[in-house]
Amino acid sequence: MGTNVSGIHGGRLAPADYEKNFSDLHPPLDHHEALVAADRCYFCYDAPCMTACPTSIDIPMFIRQISTGNPIGSAKTIFDQNILGGMCARVCPTETLCEQVCVRNTAEERPVEIGRLQRYATDIAMEQNAQFYRRAERTGRRIAVVGAGPAGLACAHRLAMNGHDVIVFDARVKPGGLNEYGIATYKSTDDFAQREVDYLLSIGGIEIRNGQKLGRDFTLGELTENFDAVFLGMGLAGVNALKTEGEQLSGVEDAVDFIAALRQVENKADIAIGRRIVVIGGGMTAIDAAIQSKLLGAEEVTICYRRGKEHMNASEFEQELATSKGVMIRHWLQPKRIIGKDGKVAGIEVEYTAMQDGRLVGTGETGILAADQIFKAIGQTFDPAGVGNLRLEAGRIAIDAEGRTSMARVWAGGDCVKAGEDLTVTSVAQGRDAADSINRALAAAANPTVAVA
Amino acid sequence: MADLRNNFVGIKSPNPFWLASAPPTDKAYNVERAFKAGWGGVVWKTLGEEGPPVVNVNGPRYGAIWGADRRLLGLNNIELITDRPLQVNLQEMKQVKMNWPDRALIASIMVPCEEASWKAILPLVEETGADGIELNFGCPHGMSERGMGSAVGQVPEYIEMVVRWCKQYTRMPVITKLTPNITDVRKPARAAKAGGTDAVSLINTINSIVSVDLDSFAPQPTVGGKGSHGGYCGPAVKPIALNMVAEIARDPETYGLPISGIGGVTTWRDAAEFMTLGAGNVQVCTAAMTYGFKIVEEMITGLSDWMDSKGHRTLEDITGRAVPNVTDWQYLNLNYVAKAHIDQDACIKCGRCHIACEDTSHQAITSIVDGVRHFEVMEDECVGCNLCVNVCPVENCITMVGLEAGVVDQRTGKPVDPNYANWTTHPNNPMARQAAE
Repeated sequence: MGTNVSGIHGGRLAPADYEKNFSDLHPPLDHHEALVAADRCYFCYDAPCMTACPTSIDIPMFIRQISTGNPIGSAKTIFDQNILGGMCARVCPTETLCEQVCVRNTAEERPVEIGRLQRYATDIAMEQNAQFYRRAERTGRRIAVVGAGPAGLACAHRLAMNGHDVIVFDARVKPGGLNEYGIATYKSTDDFAQREVDYLLSIGGIEIRNGQKLGRDFTLGELTENFDAVFLGMGLAGVNALKTEGEQLSGVEDAVDFIAALRQVENKADIAIGRRIVVIGGGMTAIDAAIQSKLLGAEEVTICYRRGKEHMNASEFEQELATSKGVMIRHWLQPKRIIGKDGKVAGIEVEYTAMQDGRLVGTGETGILAADQIFKAIGQTFDPAGVGNLRLEAGRIAIDAEGRTSMARVWAGGDCVKAGEDLTVTSVAQGRDAADSINRALAAAANPTVAVA
Repeated sequence: MADLRNNFVGIKSPNPFWLASAPPTDKAYNVERAFKAGWGGVVWKTLGEEGPPVVNVNGPRYGAIWGADRRLLGLNNIELITDRPLQVNLQEMKQVKMNWPDRALIASIMVPCEEASWKAILPLVEETGADGIELNFGCPHGMSERGMGSAVGQVPEYIEMVVRWCKQYTRMPVITKLTPNITDVRKPARAAKAGGTDAVSLINTINSIVSVDLDSFAPQPTVGGKGSHGGYCGPAVKPIALNMVAEIARDPETYGLPISGIGGVTTWRDAAEFMTLGAGNVQVCTAAMTYGFKIVEEMITGLSDWMDSKGHRTLEDITGRAVPNVTDWQYLNLNYVAKAHIDQDACIKCGRCHIACEDTSHQAITSIVDGVRHFEVMEDECVGCNLCVNVCPVENCITMVGLEAGVVDQRTGKPVDPNYANWTTHPNNPMARQAAE
């Protein structure tokens, strides 16, 4: 079964191998495992894990609730701070957040498995469809949210909770944003992203309109005219180009498209993959594309990054995961030219790089890597279409500490803002906090005297 | 190599580790396995009088409490004395003693509080070749409702009376097993001594309800929807047992009375602690019921290695060594001053010492210093209570350091007085004794 011929082909593996390769990266803890893992939590004072969490989940409390046989209460503790706690439990780089600062690292170099415990509690609550939030009395206020990704959904949920009516516009066919289209397949199995959206929407008062793109189907001006407030959380629609010769050749693709296609496809054998892959980039997208290429049966996968290991945006854990799957990570190499044959990619010429006087320069020494498919993962860009005169900063929407943009009644959060760290959990925090800010602003407008007091 | 041979009221065993009278010693099969594993002796599960044996419940007999990772800390049981015919037990005891002449075999006995009953059973037991008898005046459940077990152990006069009968009707050494379900353990111990007992053993189990099933609203273990109090044992009872052993060991009226220490002995260290407080040997049950008989290997090697490292050659070298250091609160030196000290290299910064001190004690440990998470004892607030030491998850990270005489105590601003002074002479004590003129 399967094939290892050169070129870009689907069905490289036997059917069973696809299932095995794309199963859960961190399988869920069973009841006993969860109790053993929870026992390790010291219930720290002013716990470092909690401080490290962008959404400030009360981690010692939710773990204690697990250990005392109250996973439902535990889930509420999580959802109170992060309504997308289920997805964050799966995709958060915990090794650089909560688990990195766990005091157990100091004690025995092995943190409490916070991410997996969070998943244990949230899975139980979602399986039982335990609902914790009820809408406040309807305020009659209507708020537009652009983008049904982590930021937009977190914002919409918090707004709905406060009694506002929320319309979420999303350019894609399905809601979820990067949770649905951008997360590696083995991190979000069993259609979890959609189940989570359904769970979140069950609070009511949120309408999602798919296939509605800002700048194409409506403008920001129309939104501010028709809604009491607007939250922008449309992420990054553009991708950076290599700007090298041969970029137009067949076989040169954006990593984000590849990752999205893999998430959406019914049968993974339908995804065509090269025999030799080169991924350009050093972030999580590069890692996800490289690993999944390997899992689809590519024989040789090489990541080329133009700086050193220590500069990579991908976490140490992700880098090690990639190498453990057989991905080769090469540093200090930049693309110079893509080599084609019969209109298709045949290889890539790369140049060694070095730091010179604080600047990255090519050394002039080049080499050629054979490749029949090349994924570009050198960053995504904000597409400002439709945002009008909104002030940008470093190419993204500028916001203040509360998520307010330069325009009255317009808030923003997630990857489309400058402060974004490009993490699901940061986006959730920004969406949630913007909702609180919107709520305060609306309340103040309705009752100015109270606001002053 | 330390010599672990034990001579307890003339009963010899190769080591001081006996299995207590309990399910592990109910029949020859178990006892043979225990001796093969290395146990120095067993106290055979309590024999009742001739006739139809007692019956046990057919539902759960045990309940428990657990620590982290479900480590068993306390066990509770509602099992009664042996439910096998007396003759079967006696035959097996005789055979086992013949097979293992170097091991101690003690018969635990519980018969009605009547002279005839005791007079009848003692010759039968003696005939087995058992090394001694232990009088079960301790079991707090079931048998006590029938006027036996702790029902006897709670009345010093009965204890003295029964012990006297036993000393009269057998030449075997008599060990009187005491119940902790009393207010002052010295009273039954004195009674046993007055009756002529050769030794006491303690503690038996403690009255307990170990948990309640919150679905059925019934105590556990639940038998057909109801639960009864049981006898509590295991690591959780050790502190209670240690105190009771020490009370008897230092009581002038019972001073020198041999004691077999029982109650939560799980490791060699527990055994050593019992012995330093006056126990001539120890009896073990819950640890064996949790981990099997093999644990005795750890106890033997641990005790032996510790004795070697400290230069103790025989058990006599350690028995009772801590007794002179057990005193009443009123005699503790009020001029002794200690302060907690946190080893910053060992500290993992969990902050439990801080929050324990801040919320519940003396506000003497920092949490932030110069904007950084940092836990340090403020000596001007520290009363030396030791709570932080006890809640710290890292062993030896926080230690109590005694202040040298003359050093100024930052909390009081006074130098540490080199002289011993206790409450009996303290000016705040209205009962303070006048200093001799």
